[in-house]
Amino acid sequence: MSDAPNASHPSASAPVIRLEAVGLSYGTTRALDGITLDIPASRMVGLIGPDGVGKSSLLSLVAGGRAIQDGHVHVLDGDMTDAAHRRRTCPQIAYMPQGLGKNLYPTLSMFENVDFFGRLFGHDRREREERIQQLLRDTGLAPFADRPAGKLSGGMKQKLGLCCALIHDPDLLILDEPTTGVDPLSRRQFWELIETIRKDRPGMSVTVATAYMEEAARFDWLVAMDDGRVLATGTPAELLRQTGTDNLDAAFIALLPEEQRRKHREVVIPPRRSDQGGDVAIEAKELTVRFGDFTAVDHLTFRIARGEIFGFLGSNGCGKTTTMKVLTGLLPASEGEARLFGREVDPNDMDVRRRVGYMSQAFSLYSELTVRQNLELHARLFRLAPDTIEERVRDMVERFDLANVIDALPDALPLGVRQRLSLAVAMIHAPDILILDEPTSGVDPVARDGFWQILSDLSRQDNVTIFVSTHFMNEAERCDRISLMHAGKVMISDTPEQIAARRGGGSLEEAFVAYLKDAIAATDTTKTPPTPHIAAAAKTHGAMHGALSFFDPRRMFAYTQREALELKRDPIRATLAILGSLILMFVMGYGINMDVEDLSFAAMDRDDTTISRDYVLQIAGSRYFTELAPITDYDDLDRRMRSGELSLAIEIPPGFGRDVARGSNVQIGAWVDGAMPSRAETVRSYVHAMHATWLAQRARQLYGNAATTGDYQLEVRFLYNPDIRSIVAMAPAVIPILLLIIPAILATLSVVREKELGSIINFYVTPVTRLEFLIGKQLPYVALAMLNFFLLTAFAVFIFRVPFTGSFVAFTSAALLYVIITTAMGLVISSFMTSQIAAIFATALLTMIPATQYSGLVDPVSSLQGAGAVIGRIYPTAHFVTITRGTFSKGLDFGDLSGPFLALIVTIPVLLALGVALLKKQAK
Amino acid sequence: MRTGNIVQLGIKELRGLFRDPMMLALIVYAFTVSIYTASKAQPETLNQAALAIVDEDNSPAATRIITAFSPPFFTVPRLISQSEMMTRMDAGLDTFALNIPPNFQRDLLARRSPAIQLNVDATRMSQAFTGSGYIQSIVGDEVSEFLSRYRSAAPLPIDLALRARFNPELNKSWFGAINNIISSVTMLSIILTGAALIREREHGTIEHLLVMPVTPFEVMASKIWSMGLVVLVAASVSLIFIVQGLLAVRIGGSVPLFLFGTALYLFATTSMGIFLATSAGTMPQFGLLLMLVLMPLQMLSGATTPRESMPEIIQNIMLAAPNTHFVILAQAILFRGAGLAVVWPQLAALLVIGGILFFLSLRRFRQFLQ
Repeated sequence: MSDAPNASHPSASAPVIRLEAVGLSYGTTRALDGITLDIPASRMVGLIGPDGVGKSSLLSLVAGGRAIQDGHVHVLDGDMTDAAHRRRTCPQIAYMPQGLGKNLYPTLSMFENVDFFGRLFGHDRREREERIQQLLRDTGLAPFADRPAGKLSGGMKQKLGLCCALIHDPDLLILDEPTTGVDPLSRRQFWELIETIRKDRPGMSVTVATAYMEEAARFDWLVAMDDGRVLATGTPAELLRQTGTDNLDAAFIALLPEEQRRKHREVVIPPRRSDQGGDVAIEAKELTVRFGDFTAVDHLTFRIARGEIFGFLGSNGCGKTTTMKVLTGLLPASEGEARLFGREVDPNDMDVRRRVGYMSQAFSLYSELTVRQNLELHARLFRLAPDTIEERVRDMVERFDLANVIDALPDALPLGVRQRLSLAVAMIHAPDILILDEPTSGVDPVARDGFWQILSDLSRQDNVTIFVSTHFMNEAERCDRISLMHAGKVMISDTPEQIAARRGGGSLEEAFVAYLKDAIAATDTTKTPPTPHIAAAAKTHGAMHGALSFFDPRRMFAYTQREALELKRDPIRATLAILGSLILMFVMGYGINMDVEDLSFAAMDRDDTTISRDYVLQIAGSRYFTELAPITDYDDLDRRMRSGELSLAIEIPPGFGRDVARGSNVQIGAWVDGAMPSRAETVRSYVHAMHATWLAQRARQLYGNAATTGDYQLEVRFLYNPDIRSIVAMAPAVIPILLLIIPAILATLSVVREKELGSIINFYVTPVTRLEFLIGKQLPYVALAMLNFFLLTAFAVFIFRVPFTGSFVAFTSAALLYVIITTAMGLVISSFMTSQIAAIFATALLTMIPATQYSGLVDPVSSLQGAGAVIGRIYPTAHFVTITRGTFSKGLDFGDLSGPFLALIVTIPVLLALGVALLKKQAK
Repeated sequence: MRTGNIVQLGIKELRGLFRDPMMLALIVYAFTVSIYTASKAQPETLNQAALAIVDEDNSPAATRIITAFSPPFFTVPRLISQSEMMTRMDAGLDTFALNIPPNFQRDLLARRSPAIQLNVDATRMSQAFTGSGYIQSIVGDEVSEFLSRYRSAAPLPIDLALRARFNPELNKSWFGAINNIISSVTMLSIILTGAALIREREHGTIEHLLVMPVTPFEVMASKIWSMGLVVLVAASVSLIFIVQGLLAVRIGGSVPLFLFGTALYLFATTSMGIFLATSAGTMPQFGLLLMLVLMPLQMLSGATTPRESMPEIIQNIMLAAPNTHFVILAQAILFRGAGLAVVWPQLAALLVIGGILFFLSLRRFRQFLQ
């Protein structure tokens, strides 16, 4: 880090981030509008504001993950539009994107996840292990180091994300809503962790976007944002003073423009009316759900009265979601029972479904439909009367403030707005019960208050029963009753006031944390409290070597190793790739059969003499034809040929025998089914040959042996495949096809999958270069393809008994070049594709057709015409087919195959260059 | 079951598809450019077969033979030396090499029955047989005509009038075009339904659907009709404008009957797509499974090589695949002009196979949702 000494120990006055008139648009939506801002260094800075005001966009611009459209972004004393500066600074920046574990790899263990990031930043093995041990220990994750990231609770995922971010001692830590969807205890631990780290590394600047105002209150400096603009900046105290309020929630609302402020009203939930009755809407008795030997929900019992607002609180993964899924009929209960309106939950009971509205934790509406289309679709599916749909949709749009996004696609909307849409959809059919799984996760305070007002109205006025889970304590306080859950069990269930009172009358949050700590202490006595001393890790500063070079094998191998691990964790994929190739080889080797035999034919012998029968018999006796019942008349002939029953029909005219004996002119009629030209062609040549043979026989009978010696002889030598076995021609040609399609699909998906699931962000914000990324991803698939190659070759030689006559070394070298090409083709295709469906289809289309049709598998390339001929000349499969046939059947070596070898060698850099040129290092 | 739900969900599928421009572009490509180039590239029977001749005689008789070979069946023969012959064959430059020995003409006239050697690259099966047949008859004609100036011989007066029905010129591009439509139809219908289902699961929307008053049957039926419709429209447009229009292929039978058969076929393939999707966990697994199923189906359906030549067991197994029946049906209607009376067994088979596949997928789909 000697190259940027200022950045690691900045003076307090120099800003770490300087934004000048920064603007950003997605299509016609203006996400950021002329932001000018200096963010001081070595501070904990919070970005606060409602959803969709551009906080995330701003952070991704600062992290270098997104291309800058307008204005200047200076981070750590350099312009982020400058690629060289980005490369220099990205080892000093750590970025944790929004969404639980979005940049983690779910099948990799905790250790492997952190290890991957360590490699990306060029640490050597010893250093990595030391640091990872320490980070995991300090975050209390060490006991779970081998657990796959996908199986972690939300809080653990976020801690792991933090470990990944801290592995390279960043000077600037950027966290985008790191505690959204995380339970209070984990949240508290998370911030304690950050505090400790900051104490040890006071020079580090931290920039956080958050929706929790109580968290923001503890930050050093705040930026309040709204609608792509900055509303105010300053310390929390300054903001409170400026607005004359006593808490940040209120301060923020006061900062909003008049028009928006008017929308906000303090949530007041009237007490339940006595006439709301005591009939039970939701009831669970000894409800238990097990997944294998893991008990997710453990003998849960509760009753929720009609019209009640019932809150579910608990750490991540404590069984809240599972319980809700059982109530909606998505999951069957292992034991016990769940009842809605006194009726046992039955997934086939459509009437009950219509009375329940459910909102799942993850956004699960159709991202390909607009807001309006989503609402309308659900209205129709819930069988609202067609004439009321329009009004109901309008009503919902108004209630949830969706009017200005009515025609937008959900993906373009910020999280909070999407949650509002989800709720609108869950309520479109005016259900009697609403089951809401963390509905306000990631939603800003103003919107949350509005949301709760709606819930209140529904409960108190419409007598709707609401079963809601949340991590927000102020929301929990609004419930009629709450249950605290941990590890599948309810710890306590009562009114919020009572619960707080029982633990010494502090806040509900304190009570909750106390209950959780008790429960954790009871179950997990082994855990030692974290003893953070993260600064020790910061001493070793050999980290950044290679960070500035264009190609660092270590970073490349980071991707290789990760990809290989993922492949290993998904044995089905690897097995399918290998076993699939063998099955296909078998099928194609037998299926593409050029030995045309057993063709159906029938004769219409209108002569029926010895001679005519002899003629027909000659055809029937050959192995090429199978005789069917004779043709009776022309109609029969026509019908049977039309149906495809006959490939060949022979008509022998009346008086044939007599005419042959007399030596007068006579003609035999033959019809070939031309629907399949290649077959027809073969039939034609067979018939011609048999006719000629028959004539020669006749001639011998008539004129004696003298006539049989021809004027000349044509000696036909079938080279390379003397028995003319189809398999000898086909098996070697099938290998190139299989080595193309499967590796190409795997390589394409490996990149497109990252794009679709979001982990591509790691490529955007870490020092890894495009070439390292591509080659790194490619290597495991090259290895897999080579394994395939050896298996396929063995299969051809030992099972199909195709003799191998040439140089195996040459063949293997060519195969290596070829699989490098085919995987690179996959990577090039992946750069155009964003969805996995399109990627599969495109790869199938771009590989299968050229490989089977233009590469000399059946028709030689030299015989192709038009575009096909051009493709056949440049398509690598064609060259490799030449090499496989040459080495298999023609006994060739390197020297004889220099042409195709050269073609393969030239293709590799071309494809890699293309891949690098097309791959984007930043999101657009 | 409610038809309303099926219609609404199907419309949702269509809307989703229209939001994916890349997918639309690929569909258009698959049914236009891909079909056009594939059919144009298909060589016409024996086309431009690479022929080289080693002429060691340099006599009028040899010249006569050499000049008899001409495009389109053969390339203009390249005259090479004896030493070049094998290297060129090894490199795959020539499929045929004809060697006319020294003193060929002299021996011919002296009735010494000289031997011409024809070397054939037998790894190129498609041309090896037909090509050597052609060469044999061309050389034979030339030799006998050459000799006829010197002597007369009376061959047996028995002619063989061989005609190809339905496609008299054995025009391969017709065949190629139809074949490519069939393979695009298969590929697309399986991918569209199967991948759409996996996508719904990966994005969690399927779960959302199931808390609504919608049955698995309705979800599945909606995917089948909507994606089937897309493919059917694409296939019709392609058949009418690309195959009949641009490629000027003469279609023998009734296009509506063929499209009806296609609809039945799509019923089967879309059900198969759902079945595959429920068997595969993730998109990469689906991709691989797809290849594993798609390629054998295409290769063994009788579209690329005649069914008769396959081992009997494969022929019988393939009777269970919808492709086989669809290929038979397509060839019968489009080339041979067959009507309902001829193709009804195939239609019935498609209906039965489609029904079974639908039933199996529905069962699996229900389990998949649990």
